Amino acid sequence: MAILEVKNLHKNFGKTQVLKGIDFELEKGQVMSIIGSSGSGKTTLLRCVAQLETADSGSIKVDGSTIFDSNSSQKLTADEKMKNQLKTGLVFQSFNLFPQYNVLENVTLAMKLQAKRRADYKENKKEILAEIDLKAKALIAKMGLSDKLGNYPCELSGGQQQRVSIVRAMALEPSILFFDEPTSALDPELTGEVLKVIRELAEENMTMVIVTHEMDFAREVSDNIIFMDNGVIAESGSADDLINNPQTDRLKAFLSKIGK
Amino acid sequence: MTFQQITLDLLEGLGQNLQLFLLTLVFALPLGLIITFGSMSKFAPLKYLTKTFVWIIRGSPLMLQLFVVFYVPGLVFGIPMKSRMLAATIAFVINYACYFSEIYRGGIESIPNGQYEAGQVLGLTKTQTFFRVVLMQVVKRIIAPMGNEFLTLVKDTSLARVIAVSEIIMAAERFTARGLIWPLFYTAVYFLAFCGILTLLFGWIEKKFSYYR
Repeated sequence: MAILEVKNLHKNFGKTQVLKGIDFELEKGQVMSIIGSSGSGKTTLLRCVAQLETADSGSIKVDGSTIFDSNSSQKLTADEKMKNQLKTGLVFQSFNLFPQYNVLENVTLAMKLQAKRRADYKENKKEILAEIDLKAKALIAKMGLSDKLGNYPCELSGGQQQRVSIVRAMALEPSILFFDEPTSALDPELTGEVLKVIRELAEENMTMVIVTHEMDFAREVSDNIIFMDNGVIAESGSADDLINNPQTDRLKAFLSKIGK
Repeated sequence: MTFQQITLDLLEGLGQNLQLFLLTLVFALPLGLIITFGSMSKFAPLKYLTKTFVWIIRGSPLMLQLFVVFYVPGLVFGIPMKSRMLAATIAFVINYACYFSEIYRGGIESIPNGQYEAGQVLGLTKTQTFFRVVLMQVVKRIIAPMGNEFLTLVKDTSLARVIAVSEIIMAAERFTARGLIWPLFYTAVYFLAFCGILTLLFGWIEKKFSYYR
């Protein structure tokens, strides 16, 4: 069963139609990349699915829950919204780490606030918080950042910051992890370390959707690629097929423009 | 009239300034935040009501506001203001809260949207995002303008003498009436010392916050 189902999704900003009917599905454990030129709607699509924007019509289902359905009049409660929000994780282009917290605190802040909702929080507060610290430290170690636990974001390189923000999103155990151009704000020599981390997550069968301009990376890491153009999915298919045998003129033009 | 006695008399006056200074801060700092939420509200009537209020307070002299708070209750409602210090405190709190609210608003609006979005995707509520993520960053950004306001407040407290709060300049004027002018100028030393301490304090706070950018 698909873990992500997007049906006939529309989104306008004022009079500009940004998404003009998007349909796709994603299976659990698969990696999908979204490519396309700027203004094609790929980031808006990601932001709608990650619930930072509310679409105008259509529906979005994540892991069995309907997170958006324009045909349903049912209002979600704050609690349901929160549960839906936690089903998806998002890694931003500009990291958006919290500057006043160190690496460990950045990763544990949301986990600790979530833990307060547990029924046994008051009773076992100490154990729960210690457990969270332990879990966070293990994840940070996996990213090779154990020696940076006490460092603040401003003391880290862009690549390190992005790795911390990946840990921060992973720590909440989302069903799907979204990446919005995760390497676009990085110097070329720093993109490698971030891509390596995403590659490792793919090997562990993390379900991911990646908006990217790194075509070689997209081909290597993704099962499927969606090519967006002017608010619609112009072409989609398996990663190799799509890049090696583009069918539409628009994709051919796009690939030749970026030198593929 | 010895130098020592004048020094002590002025110090007693300064006590009134200090009291007004502290009371104003204690109430105006939180009240300012409430006014900020009002002027940033998405509910238009509240937003414009708050903005009009801030305009009236910032657009009229504090001295006039002191007169209004002190005399209007007695003239209009027949309940004379009993305490001069209370009247001064009310006027100062309202006045400074409005200025603080604009500084807070500037600070809050300078925080990049990405911080709120990061809070949201991590499942933080809006309140948690504000208090756990945004507020500390706002505090860091408003230290310098708040330092200005604090120093201005120190000197503004002397305005309270228009409703006869016996603050330091009023204390000095009592000597002037007896033919001694220098105590009036001597008050500058007290203000300079007061502001000097505050400047050092703000420098220290700024340093405390310099561990992140």
